Amino acid sequence: MLQDKYKNEIDDILSRYPVKRSALLPLLYMAQREQGYVTEAAMQEIAGILRLTPPQVYETATFYTMLNLKPVGTFHLQVCKSLMCALVGSDTVIGWISAKLGIKPGETTPDKLFTLSIVECLAACGTGPMMQVNDDYYERLTEEKLDRILADLRQTGTCSLKTGPFMWPEPAPAKPGA
Amino acid sequence: MPKYEPILLKNMLQPGYAGSLAEYERAGGYQAIRKVLGKVNPADVTAVVMKSGLRGRGGAGFPTGVKWGFLPKDYQGPRYLCCNADESEPGTFKDRQLIERDPHQLLEGMLLACYAIGAASSYIYIRGEFVLGAKILEQAINDARAAGYVGKNIFGSNTSIDIWVHRGAGAYICGEETALLESLEGKRGLPRVKPPFPATHGLYNKPTVVNNVETLANLPHILNRGAEWFASIGSPPKSTGTRVFCVSGHVARPGNYEVPMGITFRELIYEQAGGMRGDKPLKAFIPGGASAPFLTPEHLDVKLDFESVALAGSMLGSGGVTVMEEGTDMVWAALRLMEFFYHESCGKCSPCREGSSWLVQIMRRIVNKRGQMSDLETLTDLCKNIAGRTVCAFGDAEVSPILSTIKHWRHEYVAMIRVAEAANLIRPEPVGTKH
Ligand SMILES: Cc1cc2nc3c(=O)[nH]c(=O)nc-3n(C[C@H](O)[C@H](O)[C@H](O)COP(=O)(O)O)c2cc1C
Ligand code: SF4
Ligand code: FES
Repeated sequence: MLQDKYKNEIDDILSRYPVKRSALLPLLYMAQREQGYVTEAAMQEIAGILRLTPPQVYETATFYTMLNLKPVGTFHLQVCKSLMCALVGSDTVIGWISAKLGIKPGETTPDKLFTLSIVECLAACGTGPMMQVNDDYYERLTEEKLDRILADLRQTGTCSLKTGPFMWPEPAPAKPGA
Repeated sequence: MPKYEPILLKNMLQPGYAGSLAEYERAGGYQAIRKVLGKVNPADVTAVVMKSGLRGRGGAGFPTGVKWGFLPKDYQGPRYLCCNADESEPGTFKDRQLIERDPHQLLEGMLLACYAIGAASSYIYIRGEFVLGAKILEQAINDARAAGYVGKNIFGSNTSIDIWVHRGAGAYICGEETALLESLEGKRGLPRVKPPFPATHGLYNKPTVVNNVETLANLPHILNRGAEWFASIGSPPKSTGTRVFCVSGHVARPGNYEVPMGITFRELIYEQAGGMRGDKPLKAFIPGGASAPFLTPEHLDVKLDFESVALAGSMLGSGGVTVMEEGTDMVWAALRLMEFFYHESCGKCSPCREGSSWLVQIMRRIVNKRGQMSDLETLTDLCKNIAGRTVCAFGDAEVSPILSTIKHWRHEYVAMIRVAEAANLIRPEPVGTKH
């Protein structure tokens, strides 16, 4: 139960809004963080917290693509296929991933490690082709980079190739001693 | 290459600048709000912004000060500011950089806007995918709160202003201001019928201003350096200041370039962004995000300001400039964007919901070499029956890739259809079925 475990966090979220329902997306995110996807039980509980009916919660939850109503793999690879990324090779990247992992878009590997999704623009159009893996962006993908990302994710759960605070073209490096 | 003075990117262009509160203050940050708070009348702050000529950077280009002026003067209840950080227009990636590299610049802009409109609470609606951006903003707000710059009695004054981050969850339409408000209220992101406008009936039905990240980030500079200074930059009187243009596609150096409005596309593409990758000729470009009609090499000398781009038959929109080289299949390109719009239509009104589905199907069959000549007319007809007949401006946006590519590259559509005819592969699919 979210309320037992995160009472303070829930109270903090509720305090930000004059109307309880505004806390719905934040609480759905909390549920997803907890279990990997939004379960029906969680939606029921959230409805209770916010004094909404379960259909009101369901109605909102089904509108947003980032809320998973079904389990996904440990690593959710989301490749952008919108025009700007397509111009610089996103379809090729999707092909590589499909071949390397043996899954088609929308599928999860049998070990439940990777899910491949094709998504629309993620606001990284100048540094495509790109993908988002869980919370992180990986940009200017090449086959070599992709191999390293998949290997690192398998081994360590993360990869240092992920993008930090974004700036492109890259800023000038700091002068030593400056 | 002419060098222009960066305004919004100035701090982050300094080597090593990481956007912390201390660094921002060392670079002169939080001076504008100190100068204004309790010393300048809020109405006079609005007057300065009006005089600067600042226009919204989110897409529509509405004058910011004028928008603020629409709020009811004598209304006693709460008012709200919402920062639109949804940044979902394909081709646009500037707000992400402004947020992640210099978050306090945005926060100071929000404090100034809140002070001017009398808002005590404000929300940054940030697209859900920007997990890092949301974290950076949370941290920046916490630091500002600890310093007494955000929260109760900011800077020791009797003004209280709070700022909260609210994450979206993956829906392009939530960038439309009324859909954003619905979403912030915990509902599906369906745009509202306007009027009434957010200025009177916004968040929780209260007077509300929605402004883009880049718009707000300009405010500290305007208040520090004055309306005249700002109005002298760019292409006055109607397009003042700089813009952070996002250049993508087949250029040598894609990325964010801040330049004064009014330079030409030629200069932006060939000088700032390093020209075409591999020196291939330019075939087409989109001047302002996926919603803006395509332009051709003939338009390279058009100036990057609101009026000039509109005169050329497109719009400056979100500032996302996408460049395509010779050899790019324009029907394919239009289909890619149409697939985006089909995916993102919120479904509230039938011309957009049904129309986007039909448009995608017809475009797919043309690209798959199964089209027929009458498809061209059907496409045009459908587009004309969507634009202007929908609840929100999405309807006008979604038809622009198809209409503009038919206008400039009709022969490419015709050639594809001829192939279909020649192969005698005309098996028209019924329109309106599932795909
Ligand atoms: C379909 C659609 C999507 C939009 N997406 C965004 C967006 O992602 N970011 C944004 O700032 N404005 C977006 N806008 C424009 C907003 O509705 C609104 O005009 C803008 O946030 C106002 O801020 P400004 O006056 O500072 O530009 C969108 C508009 C439409 C019709
Ligand atoms: S035009 Fe499209 S996106 Fe806008 S309200 Fe209608 S269905 Fe929704
Ligand atoms: S088109 Fe791929 S991130 Fe924008």
